[in-house]
Amino acid sequence: MFKGWKKLIGLVVFGILALPGIAIAAGEKAAPLVIVADTRRFTGWEAWFTDLYNESHLYFTLLTVVTIPIVGIILGVLADIVMSRIGIDLKHRDLAEH
Amino acid sequence: MEFFYVLMPISGVSVFWPGLIILGLGVGVIGGFFGMGGAWMITPGLNILGFPMAFAIGTDIAHMAGKSLVSTMRHGKFGNVDYRLGVIMIIGTVAGFEVGAQMIMWLERLGKVDLYVRWMYVILLFLIAWMVFTDVRKRISKEKEAKEAGKEIDKLATGIEWHKTIHKLPIPPMMHFKAAGFTCSIWIPIFLSFLTGWLAGILGIGGGLIRMPMLIYFVGCPTHIAVGTDLFEVMISGLYGAGTYTYKGRTELVAAMIMLVGASVGAQMGTVATKYIKGYGIRIAFGIAVVGCMISIIMKLIPSYVAGTKALMDMMSTVLILGLVSLLSLYIAFRMVQGARREVAEKKRRS
Repeated sequence: MFKGWKKLIGLVVFGILALPGIAIAAGEKAAPLVIVADTRRFTGWEAWFTDLYNESHLYFTLLTVVTIPIVGIILGVLADIVMSRIGIDLKHRDLAEH
Repeated sequence: MEFFYVLMPISGVSVFWPGLIILGLGVGVIGGFFGMGGAWMITPGLNILGFPMAFAIGTDIAHMAGKSLVSTMRHGKFGNVDYRLGVIMIIGTVAGFEVGAQMIMWLERLGKVDLYVRWMYVILLFLIAWMVFTDVRKRISKEKEAKEAGKEIDKLATGIEWHKTIHKLPIPPMMHFKAAGFTCSIWIPIFLSFLTGWLAGILGIGGGLIRMPMLIYFVGCPTHIAVGTDLFEVMISGLYGAGTYTYKGRTELVAAMIMLVGASVGAQMGTVATKYIKGYGIRIAFGIAVVGCMISIIMKLIPSYVAGTKALMDMMSTVLILGLVSLLSLYIAFRMVQGARREVAEKKRRS
Protein backbone atom coordinates (compact mmCIF):
# COMPACT_ATOMS: atom_id res chain seq x y z
CA MET A 1 0.00 0.00 0.00
CA PHE A 2 2.82 2.38 0.95
CA LYS A 3 4.58 1.72 -2.36
CA GLY A 4 1.38 2.54 -4.17
CA TRP A 5 1.14 5.87 -2.38
CA LYS A 6 4.70 6.76 -3.27
CA LYS A 7 3.86 6.14 -6.93
CA LEU A 8 0.72 8.20 -6.66
CA ILE A 9 2.52 11.15 -5.08
CA GLY A 10 5.28 10.83 -7.71
CA LEU A 11 2.63 10.92 -10.41
CA VAL A 12 1.07 14.05 -8.96
CA VAL A 13 4.42 15.81 -8.70
CA PHE A 14 5.23 14.78 -12.28
CA GLY A 15 1.84 15.99 -13.42
CA ILE A 16 2.38 19.36 -11.82
CA LEU A 17 5.90 19.77 -13.16
CA ALA A 18 5.11 18.47 -16.62
CA LEU A 19 2.29 20.87 -17.30
CA PRO A 20 3.87 24.30 -17.07
CA GLY A 21 0.91 25.89 -18.86
CA ILE A 22 -1.36 25.29 -15.93
CA ALA A 23 -1.76 27.81 -13.22
CA ILE A 24 -4.44 26.28 -11.10
CA ALA A 25 -4.99 29.29 -8.95
CA ALA A 26 -4.55 31.66 -11.83
CA GLY A 27 -6.97 34.18 -13.20
CA GLU A 28 -6.59 35.71 -16.61
CA LYS A 29 -3.55 34.98 -18.73
CA ALA A 30 -0.88 37.65 -18.39
CA ALA A 31 -0.42 39.81 -21.49
CA PRO A 32 2.96 39.48 -23.24
CA LEU A 33 4.35 42.65 -21.68
CA VAL A 34 7.97 42.98 -20.60
CA ILE A 35 8.38 44.86 -17.34
CA VAL A 36 11.78 46.16 -16.33
CA ALA A 37 12.44 47.30 -12.76
CA ASP A 38 14.18 50.65 -12.31
CA THR A 39 17.34 49.77 -10.35
CA ARG A 40 18.56 53.40 -10.15
CA ARG A 41 16.10 54.22 -7.37
CA PHE A 42 17.42 51.57 -4.98
CA THR A 43 20.50 50.74 -2.94
CA GLY A 44 21.57 47.75 -0.84
CA TRP A 45 19.33 44.66 -0.81
CA GLU A 46 16.64 46.41 -2.84
CA ALA A 47 19.12 47.10 -5.64
CA TRP A 48 20.19 43.45 -5.56
CA PHE A 49 16.55 42.41 -5.58
CA THR A 50 15.63 44.52 -8.63
CA ASP A 51 18.79 43.40 -10.40
CA LEU A 52 17.86 39.78 -9.81
CA TYR A 53 14.39 40.42 -11.26
CA ASN A 54 15.79 42.11 -14.36
CA GLU A 55 18.54 39.58 -14.96
CA SER A 56 16.74 36.29 -14.41
CA HIS A 57 13.05 35.63 -13.89
CA LEU A 58 14.00 32.03 -13.19
CA TYR A 59 16.15 32.88 -10.17
CA PHE A 60 13.57 35.41 -9.04
CA THR A 61 10.93 32.67 -9.26
CA LEU A 62 13.09 30.27 -7.24
CA LEU A 63 13.58 32.98 -4.62
CA THR A 64 9.80 33.55 -4.45
CA VAL A 65 8.88 29.87 -4.29
CA VAL A 66 11.41 29.25 -1.51
CA THR A 67 10.83 32.45 0.47
CA ILE A 68 7.04 32.40 0.61
CA PRO A 69 6.69 29.00 2.39
CA ILE A 70 9.59 29.79 4.75
CA VAL A 71 8.09 33.14 5.77
CA GLY A 72 4.67 31.47 6.03
CA ILE A 73 6.03 28.81 8.38
CA ILE A 74 7.95 31.35 10.51
CA LEU A 75 4.91 33.63 10.88
CA GLY A 76 2.64 30.65 11.48
CA VAL A 77 4.90 29.33 14.24
CA LEU A 78 5.07 32.79 15.83
CA ALA A 79 1.27 33.06 15.80
CA ASP A 80 1.17 29.54 17.29
CA ILE A 81 3.43 30.59 20.15
CA VAL A 82 1.28 33.65 20.89
CA MET A 83 -1.96 31.63 20.84
CA SER A 84 -0.52 28.84 22.98
CA ARG A 85 0.59 31.43 25.55
CA ILE A 86 -2.94 32.78 25.68
CA GLY A 87 -3.99 29.25 26.64
CA ILE A 88 -5.81 28.06 23.50
CA ASP A 89 -5.60 24.32 22.80
CA LEU A 90 -4.25 24.21 19.26
CA LYS A 91 -4.25 20.45 18.85
CA HIS A 92 -7.84 19.36 19.43
CA ARG A 93 -11.23 20.23 18.09
CA ASP A 94 -14.14 19.05 20.22
CA LEU A 95 -16.91 19.92 17.78
CA ALA A 96 -17.74 16.86 15.70
CA GLU A 97 -20.61 17.93 13.50
CA HIS A 98 -21.19 17.47 9.82
CA MET B 1 3.35 60.09 6.54
CA GLU B 2 6.19 58.84 4.38
CA PHE B 3 6.81 56.10 6.92
CA PHE B 4 3.50 54.49 5.96
CA TYR B 5 4.45 54.12 2.32
CA VAL B 6 6.81 51.56 0.87
CA LEU B 7 8.37 51.78 -2.57
CA MET B 8 7.77 48.58 -4.51
CA PRO B 9 11.09 47.46 -6.04
CA ILE B 10 9.67 45.98 -9.24
CA SER B 11 6.75 48.23 -10.17
CA GLY B 12 8.31 51.38 -8.69
CA VAL B 13 5.09 52.64 -7.06
CA SER B 14 4.65 53.64 -3.41
CA VAL B 15 1.99 51.64 -1.60
CA PHE B 16 0.37 52.25 1.81
CA TRP B 17 1.78 49.18 3.63
CA PRO B 18 -0.62 49.12 6.62
CA GLY B 19 -3.40 48.77 4.02
CA LEU B 20 -1.70 45.66 2.61
CA ILE B 21 -1.44 44.17 6.11
CA ILE B 22 -5.10 44.88 6.91
CA LEU B 23 -6.22 43.44 3.57
CA GLY B 24 -4.10 40.34 4.16
CA LEU B 25 -5.46 40.00 7.68
CA GLY B 26 -9.11 40.25 6.58
CA VAL B 27 -8.81 37.82 3.69
CA GLY B 28 -6.59 35.55 5.82
CA VAL B 29 -9.31 35.24 8.45
CA ILE B 30 -11.93 34.40 5.81
CA GLY B 31 -9.63 32.03 3.91
CA GLY B 32 -8.65 30.08 7.02
CA PHE B 33 -12.28 29.82 8.03
CA PHE B 34 -13.86 28.85 4.70
CA GLY B 35 -10.96 27.04 3.10
CA MET B 36 -10.43 29.17 0.04
CA GLY B 37 -7.84 31.48 -1.47
CA GLY B 38 -10.17 34.45 -1.85
CA ALA B 39 -8.64 36.06 -4.94
CA TRP B 40 -12.00 37.67 -5.78
CA MET B 41 -11.85 39.59 -2.50
CA ILE B 42 -8.25 40.78 -2.80
CA THR B 43 -8.18 42.34 -6.26
CA PRO B 44 -10.63 45.21 -5.45
CA GLY B 45 -8.67 45.94 -2.25
CA LEU B 46 -5.37 46.13 -4.14
CA ASN B 47 -7.04 48.36 -6.70
CA ILE B 48 -8.06 50.85 -3.99
CA LEU B 49 -4.53 50.87 -2.54
CA GLY B 50 -3.28 51.94 -5.95
CA PHE B 51 -1.44 48.69 -6.50
CA PRO B 52 -0.51 48.15 -10.16
CA MET B 53 -3.00 45.68 -11.61
CA ALA B 54 -0.34 44.03 -13.79
CA PHE B 55 1.06 42.57 -10.56
CA ALA B 56 -2.23 41.99 -8.71
CA ILE B 57 -2.92 38.35 -9.58
CA GLY B 58 0.67 37.11 -9.16
CA THR B 59 1.14 38.95 -5.85
CA ASP B 60 -2.20 37.68 -4.61
CA ILE B 61 -1.38 34.07 -5.50
CA ALA B 62 2.09 34.30 -3.93
CA HIS B 63 0.72 35.48 -0.58
CA MET B 64 -2.12 32.95 -0.87
CA ALA B 65 0.37 30.08 -1.04
CA GLY B 66 2.01 31.16 2.24
CA LYS B 67 -1.29 31.84 3.94
CA SER B 68 -2.76 28.46 2.93
CA LEU B 69 0.36 26.75 4.24
CA VAL B 70 -0.20 28.32 7.66
CA SER B 71 -3.89 27.34 7.63
CA THR B 72 -3.21 23.81 6.41
CA MET B 73 -0.65 23.26 9.17
CA ARG B 74 -3.17 24.34 11.77
CA HIS B 75 -6.12 22.45 10.24
CA GLY B 76 -3.86 19.40 9.98
CA LYS B 77 -3.23 19.49 13.73
CA PHE B 78 -6.98 19.70 14.36
CA GLY B 79 -7.40 16.60 12.16
CA ASN B 80 -9.31 18.62 9.56
CA VAL B 81 -7.21 17.58 6.53
CA ASP B 82 -7.82 14.32 4.70
CA TYR B 83 -4.45 14.14 2.94
CA ARG B 84 -5.38 11.02 0.97
CA LEU B 85 -8.48 12.72 -0.41
CA GLY B 86 -6.50 15.92 -1.05
CA VAL B 87 -3.80 14.14 -3.08
CA ILE B 88 -6.37 12.20 -5.13
CA MET B 89 -8.31 15.36 -5.84
CA ILE B 90 -5.24 17.21 -7.05
CA ILE B 91 -5.03 14.76 -9.97
CA GLY B 92 -8.59 15.49 -11.01
CA THR B 93 -8.25 19.24 -10.42
CA VAL B 94 -5.05 19.57 -12.49
CA ALA B 95 -6.47 17.56 -15.39
CA GLY B 96 -9.83 19.36 -15.25
CA PHE B 97 -8.19 22.77 -15.06
CA GLU B 98 -6.06 22.08 -18.11
CA VAL B 99 -9.09 20.90 -20.13
CA GLY B 100 -11.10 23.96 -18.99
CA ALA B 101 -8.28 26.42 -19.76
CA GLN B 102 -7.75 24.90 -23.25
CA MET B 103 -11.48 24.97 -23.88
CA ILE B 104 -11.79 28.66 -23.00
CA MET B 105 -8.83 29.50 -25.25
CA TRP B 106 -10.54 27.64 -28.08
CA LEU B 107 -13.82 29.48 -27.42
CA GLU B 108 -11.99 32.83 -27.31
CA ARG B 109 -10.61 32.13 -30.77
CA LEU B 110 -14.19 31.60 -31.99
CA GLY B 111 -15.47 34.88 -30.54
CA LYS B 112 -16.02 37.08 -27.49
CA VAL B 113 -16.93 34.82 -24.60
CA ASP B 114 -16.27 37.05 -21.56
CA LEU B 115 -19.90 37.94 -21.08
CA TYR B 116 -21.08 34.32 -21.31
CA VAL B 117 -18.38 33.18 -18.89
CA ARG B 118 -19.47 35.81 -16.35
CA TRP B 119 -23.10 34.79 -16.66
CA MET B 120 -22.08 31.17 -16.24
CA TYR B 121 -20.24 32.16 -13.06
CA VAL B 122 -23.35 33.95 -11.77
CA ILE B 123 -25.54 30.90 -12.45
CA LEU B 124 -23.02 28.62 -10.75
CA LEU B 125 -22.85 30.85 -7.68
CA PHE B 126 -26.64 31.04 -7.58
CA LEU B 127 -26.82 27.22 -7.59
CA ILE B 128 -24.21 27.01 -4.82
CA ALA B 129 -26.08 29.57 -2.69
CA TRP B 130 -29.36 27.73 -3.34
CA MET B 131 -27.72 24.43 -2.31
CA VAL B 132 -26.27 25.90 0.89
CA PHE B 133 -29.47 27.57 2.04
CA THR B 134 -31.68 24.62 1.05
CA ASP B 135 -29.40 22.40 3.11
CA VAL B 136 -29.63 24.77 6.09
CA ARG B 137 -33.44 24.99 5.79
CA LYS B 138 -33.81 21.20 5.62
CA ARG B 139 -31.50 20.70 8.57
CA ILE B 140 -33.50 23.22 10.66
CA SER B 141 -36.77 21.46 9.83
CA LYS B 142 -35.18 18.12 10.78
CA GLU B 143 -34.15 19.64 14.10
CA LYS B 144 -37.69 20.92 14.67
CA GLU B 145 -39.19 17.52 13.86
CA ALA B 146 -36.80 15.80 16.25
CA LYS B 147 -37.62 18.31 18.99
CA GLU B 148 -41.35 17.79 18.51
CA ALA B 149 -40.84 14.04 18.80
CA GLY B 150 -38.90 14.63 22.03
CA LYS B 151 -35.64 13.40 20.50
CA GLU B 152 -32.30 15.00 19.80
CA ILE B 153 -31.07 15.22 16.23
CA ASP B 154 -27.99 13.19 15.28
CA LYS B 155 -24.96 15.48 15.30
CA LEU B 156 -23.88 14.12 11.92
CA ALA B 157 -27.29 14.71 10.33
CA THR B 158 -27.36 16.92 7.27
CA GLY B 159 -30.10 18.68 5.35
CA ILE B 160 -29.06 17.60 1.86
CA GLU B 161 -27.93 13.97 1.73
CA TRP B 162 -26.90 13.48 -1.90
CA HIS B 163 -23.50 12.17 -0.84
CA LYS B 164 -25.11 9.10 0.74
CA THR B 165 -26.48 8.01 -2.64
CA ILE B 166 -23.18 8.84 -4.38
CA HIS B 167 -21.20 6.76 -1.86
CA LYS B 168 -23.29 3.70 -2.80
CA LEU B 169 -21.92 3.65 -6.37
CA PRO B 170 -20.04 0.33 -6.51
CA ILE B 171 -17.27 1.23 -9.00
CA PRO B 172 -13.97 -0.39 -7.93
CA PRO B 173 -11.53 0.36 -6.46
CA MET B 174 -13.22 1.50 -3.26
CA MET B 175 -11.20 3.59 -0.84
CA HIS B 176 -11.61 4.56 2.79
CA PHE B 177 -10.94 8.18 3.76
CA LYS B 178 -10.13 8.08 7.44
CA ALA B 179 -10.26 11.76 8.40
CA ALA B 180 -13.38 12.39 6.32
CA GLY B 181 -14.91 9.18 7.71
CA PHE B 182 -16.38 7.51 4.63
CA THR B 183 -15.64 4.87 2.03
CA CYS B 184 -16.45 5.38 -1.62
CA SER B 185 -15.23 4.62 -5.10
CA ILE B 186 -11.94 6.40 -5.83
CA TRP B 187 -13.50 7.61 -9.11
CA ILE B 188 -15.99 9.80 -7.29
CA PRO B 189 -13.49 12.35 -5.90
CA ILE B 190 -11.44 12.12 -9.11
CA PHE B 191 -14.47 12.82 -11.30
CA LEU B 192 -15.86 15.57 -9.06
CA SER B 193 -12.50 17.30 -8.70
CA PHE B 194 -12.08 17.07 -12.48
CA LEU B 195 -15.45 18.78 -12.84
CA THR B 196 -14.61 21.60 -10.42
CA GLY B 197 -11.13 21.95 -11.95
CA TRP B 198 -12.73 22.20 -15.39
CA LEU B 199 -15.16 24.89 -14.17
CA ALA B 200 -12.31 26.80 -12.49
CA GLY B 201 -10.29 26.61 -15.73
CA ILE B 202 -13.20 27.96 -17.78
CA LEU B 203 -14.04 30.70 -15.30
CA GLY B 204 -10.39 31.67 -14.70
CA ILE B 205 -10.64 31.37 -10.92
CA GLY B 206 -8.79 29.42 -8.22
CA GLY B 207 -11.79 27.27 -7.51
CA GLY B 208 -12.03 27.27 -3.69
CA LEU B 209 -15.48 28.76 -3.92
CA ILE B 210 -16.80 25.79 -5.91
CA ARG B 211 -14.59 23.05 -4.40
CA MET B 212 -15.82 23.65 -0.86
CA PRO B 213 -19.53 22.94 -1.59
CA MET B 214 -18.54 20.06 -3.87
CA LEU B 215 -16.57 18.46 -1.02
CA ILE B 216 -19.50 18.90 1.36
CA TYR B 217 -22.53 18.04 -0.77
CA PHE B 218 -21.21 15.55 -3.30
CA VAL B 219 -18.08 13.99 -1.80
CA GLY B 220 -19.72 13.96 1.65
CA CYS B 221 -17.00 15.58 3.79
CA PRO B 222 -17.95 17.04 7.16
CA THR B 223 -17.67 20.85 6.92
CA HIS B 224 -14.43 21.13 8.93
CA ILE B 225 -12.73 18.43 6.84
CA ALA B 226 -13.88 20.11 3.64
CA VAL B 227 -12.32 23.40 4.78
CA GLY B 228 -8.98 21.78 5.75
CA THR B 229 -8.73 19.54 2.68
CA ASP B 230 -9.59 22.41 0.34
CA LEU B 231 -6.86 24.54 1.90
CA PHE B 232 -4.38 21.70 1.32
CA GLU B 233 -5.25 21.94 -2.39
CA VAL B 234 -5.09 25.75 -2.39
CA MET B 235 -1.62 25.53 -0.81
CA ILE B 236 -0.22 23.31 -3.58
CA SER B 237 -1.97 25.08 -6.43
CA GLY B 238 -1.07 28.48 -4.93
CA LEU B 239 2.62 27.62 -4.81
CA TYR B 240 2.49 26.42 -8.39
CA GLY B 241 0.56 29.52 -9.47
CA ALA B 242 3.08 31.75 -7.64
CA GLY B 243 5.90 30.04 -9.57
CA THR B 244 4.29 30.50 -12.99
CA TYR B 245 3.23 34.11 -12.41
CA THR B 246 6.61 35.09 -10.99
CA TYR B 247 8.32 33.50 -13.97
CA LYS B 248 6.20 35.78 -16.16
CA GLY B 249 7.53 38.68 -14.09
CA ARG B 250 4.13 39.48 -12.55
CA THR B 251 4.76 39.12 -8.81
CA GLU B 252 5.67 41.97 -6.48
CA LEU B 253 7.35 39.83 -3.84
CA VAL B 254 7.75 42.63 -1.27
CA ALA B 255 3.99 43.33 -1.37
CA ALA B 256 3.25 39.61 -1.08
CA MET B 257 5.47 39.41 2.02
CA ILE B 258 3.77 42.41 3.63
CA MET B 259 0.35 40.92 2.94
CA LEU B 260 1.56 37.60 4.29
CA VAL B 261 2.36 39.22 7.66
CA GLY B 262 -1.32 40.07 8.10
CA ALA B 263 -2.60 36.97 6.31
CA SER B 264 -0.66 34.45 8.41
CA VAL B 265 -2.09 35.93 11.62
CA GLY B 266 -5.54 36.14 10.04
CA ALA B 267 -5.32 32.59 8.70
CA GLN B 268 -4.52 31.31 12.20
CA MET B 269 -7.46 33.24 13.64
CA GLY B 270 -9.83 31.95 10.96
CA THR B 271 -8.64 28.40 11.43
CA VAL B 272 -8.89 28.50 15.22
CA ALA B 273 -12.39 30.02 14.87
CA THR B 274 -13.54 26.75 13.23
CA LYS B 275 -12.94 25.16 16.64
CA TYR B 276 -15.74 27.19 18.14
CA ILE B 277 -18.24 27.43 15.31
CA LYS B 278 -20.43 24.48 14.32
CA GLY B 279 -20.29 23.10 10.80
CA TYR B 280 -23.62 24.69 9.90
CA GLY B 281 -22.42 28.08 11.15
CA ILE B 282 -19.55 27.84 8.66
CA ARG B 283 -21.96 26.80 5.89
CA ILE B 284 -24.26 29.79 6.49
CA ALA B 285 -21.37 32.28 6.52
CA PHE B 286 -20.03 30.63 3.35
CA GLY B 287 -23.44 30.98 1.69
CA ILE B 288 -23.45 34.71 2.51
CA ALA B 289 -19.97 35.09 0.97
CA VAL B 290 -21.18 33.31 -2.19
CA VAL B 291 -24.20 35.63 -2.47
CA GLY B 292 -21.90 38.66 -2.05
CA CYS B 293 -19.57 37.40 -4.76
CA MET B 294 -22.56 36.76 -7.06
CA ILE B 295 -23.96 40.28 -6.58
CA SER B 296 -20.54 41.83 -7.26
CA ILE B 297 -20.30 39.95 -10.57
CA ILE B 298 -23.83 41.01 -11.55
CA MET B 299 -22.77 44.62 -10.86
CA LYS B 300 -19.87 44.16 -13.24
CA LEU B 301 -22.25 42.78 -15.86
CA ILE B 302 -24.69 45.69 -15.72
CA PRO B 303 -22.50 48.13 -17.78
CA SER B 304 -22.66 45.65 -20.69
CA TYR B 305 -26.41 46.34 -20.88
CA VAL B 306 -26.73 49.88 -19.46
CA ALA B 307 -24.32 52.43 -20.94
CA GLY B 308 -22.57 54.94 -18.67
CA THR B 309 -22.83 52.87 -15.49
CA LYS B 310 -19.34 51.35 -15.46
CA ALA B 311 -17.70 53.74 -12.99
CA LEU B 312 -20.66 53.57 -10.61
CA MET B 313 -20.94 49.77 -10.78
CA ASP B 314 -17.18 49.30 -10.32
CA MET B 315 -17.29 51.48 -7.22
CA MET B 316 -20.39 49.75 -5.84
CA SER B 317 -18.93 46.31 -6.41
CA THR B 318 -15.67 47.31 -4.66
CA VAL B 319 -17.62 48.74 -1.70
CA LEU B 320 -19.72 45.57 -1.52
CA ILE B 321 -16.75 43.19 -1.57
CA LEU B 322 -14.64 45.17 0.89
CA GLY B 323 -17.67 45.65 3.16
CA LEU B 324 -18.32 41.92 3.03
CA VAL B 325 -14.68 41.12 3.80
CA SER B 326 -14.73 43.52 6.77
CA LEU B 327 -18.01 42.23 8.19
CA LEU B 328 -17.22 38.54 7.75
CA SER B 329 -13.69 38.80 9.11
CA LEU B 330 -14.88 40.85 12.10
CA TYR B 331 -17.63 38.31 12.81
CA ILE B 332 -15.19 35.37 12.57
CA ALA B 333 -12.56 37.18 14.70
CA PHE B 334 -15.23 38.04 17.27
CA ARG B 335 -16.41 34.42 17.49
CA MET B 336 -12.80 33.24 17.75
CA VAL B 337 -12.03 35.63 20.63
CA GLN B 338 -15.32 34.71 22.32
CA GLY B 339 -14.59 30.97 22.02
CA ALA B 340 -10.97 31.37 23.16
CA ARG B 341 -12.03 33.36 26.23
CA ARG B 342 -14.57 30.67 27.12
CA GLU B 343 -11.95 27.94 26.68
CA VAL B 344 -9.35 29.73 28.78
CA ALA B 345 -11.91 30.47 31.53
CA GLU B 346 -12.97 26.79 31.50
CA LYS B 347 -9.35 25.69 31.85
CA LYS B 348 -8.78 28.06 34.77
CA ARG B 349 -11.93 26.80 36.49
CA ARG B 350 -10.79 23.17 36.17
CA SER B 351 -7.30 23.91 37.51
